[in-house]
Amino acid sequence: MIETVKNMKDANGTLTGYLINGTMSVPLDESNTDYQAVQEWVAEGNTPADE
Amino acid sequence: MASTINAKTTGTGGIEYTGDASGNVAIQSDGTTVLNATASGVEVTGTLQNNNVQVATQNVLGVRNLIINGDMRIAQRGTSQTGLVSGNNFLIDRWLFNLDTTGTWTYEQDTTDVPTGQGFVSSLKLSCTTANASITGTKWMNLQHRFEAQFLQHLKWGTASAESLTLTFWVKSNKTGTYTLSIYKSEGTAYGISKEYTIDTADTWEKKTISIDAHTIDVIANDNGDGMRIYWVLDSGPDRKSSTLQTSWGVYDSTAFISPSQATLADSTSNYLNITGVQLEVGDTATPFEHRPYDMELQRCQRYYHQGMYAFMSSSATTLIYNLQFPVTMRTTPTETHRYPETGGVTNDVYNIATAATPTFVPDGSFADINGIKFAYDFDAGLTADDGYQTYFTFDAEL
Repeated sequence: MIETVKNMKDANGTLTGYLINGTMSVPLDESNTDYQAVQEWVAEGNTPADE
Repeated sequence: MASTINAKTTGTGGIEYTGDASGNVAIQSDGTTVLNATASGVEVTGTLQNNNVQVATQNVLGVRNLIINGDMRIAQRGTSQTGLVSGNNFLIDRWLFNLDTTGTWTYEQDTTDVPTGQGFVSSLKLSCTTANASITGTKWMNLQHRFEAQFLQHLKWGTASAESLTLTFWVKSNKTGTYTLSIYKSEGTAYGISKEYTIDTADTWEKKTISIDAHTIDVIANDNGDGMRIYWVLDSGPDRKSSTLQTSWGVYDSTAFISPSQATLADSTSNYLNITGVQLEVGDTATPFEHRPYDMELQRCQRYYHQGMYAFMSSSATTLIYNLQFPVTMRTTPTETHRYPETGGVTNDVYNIATAATPTFVPDGSFADINGIKFAYDFDAGLTADDGYQTYFTFDAEL
């Protein structure tokens, strides 16, 4: 169950992944089921927070 | 009954024949049958050799079980989860317990209750701790096994040469009655097929064999995605079983996925279900369970999940340098979590080996790929440069 999502960025400010619920570091990989869950969460109208 | 051809070793030796009208023939050595030929085939009762090398009779068909961890031995995440009320829950590797407003459940690896004489040492057990006898709408509860698509290409699904499948498993429950076994082809257009089976006797291990028709309609993509799922349905609200059960392959119909006669496993805190010895194989013949070596099965599980304590170095207050190779190539870039210490640890903590400090460190998302992890940044980290750290990682690439 996703409660919070934060954008994760590298030193250049490029998006590198998401942090779900403050604990799960999720890569930008379409085959990763947590990444898929974030995309569904965004499609429901939610927006990840910036770090 | 059979005609016999017997090579004698007594007296002057020679060949002795007997005949009957069975159509069968037995080849004997001094009266001991070593081979039977019947209308259905040949059975070797003696040792089978090829150029003086004995041919294996165990696993003779190779790695034929498409299920990973079908005997429930591998449980990297632990041996018990309690208080489950919703979501996808993995405990025993590759086995997903999904529930939604269907009471409260315990999911555990049971190392005492297994079918007698089958060589199994563990089973998967689900126990109800808070009942729900009035599940509503589309709410349901199931046990799932998901298959990576590229490992199913030899099924030739979506072609005229598509293969059928045979599923075998051992199951035990106090709750007798009709249960649903459903197959779901996931990628692209979803397709489904469902079969009924019965648990006939309470509190007794029963072996079930279910034939699954070849799927000739749509191909399975040759990739690392979710190619197929098997659902052992445990209970359901009315909206998933309102139509006649879909017993032939067709476009997935959520109202016909579960038998209208489906047992209601969530209706009492007395209810439980154990399952083990799950085997899915190509063709229409069920063969004995393929007991694979523990280390081989563990490595197959680690493609989807693994965990462990790892050490690494800091190069600055914000950067950690790793050199960690995963035990096997993972299905996809994994989701990472970490905590310290392993038991009762604090999420996101790392442990400074020199100072015993435990700063929080949340790596950015690009630090891993399917083979391992290298380095990571966290702008908020309070690390000490050039110190050694350790933490307890999990890497999850489940389907």
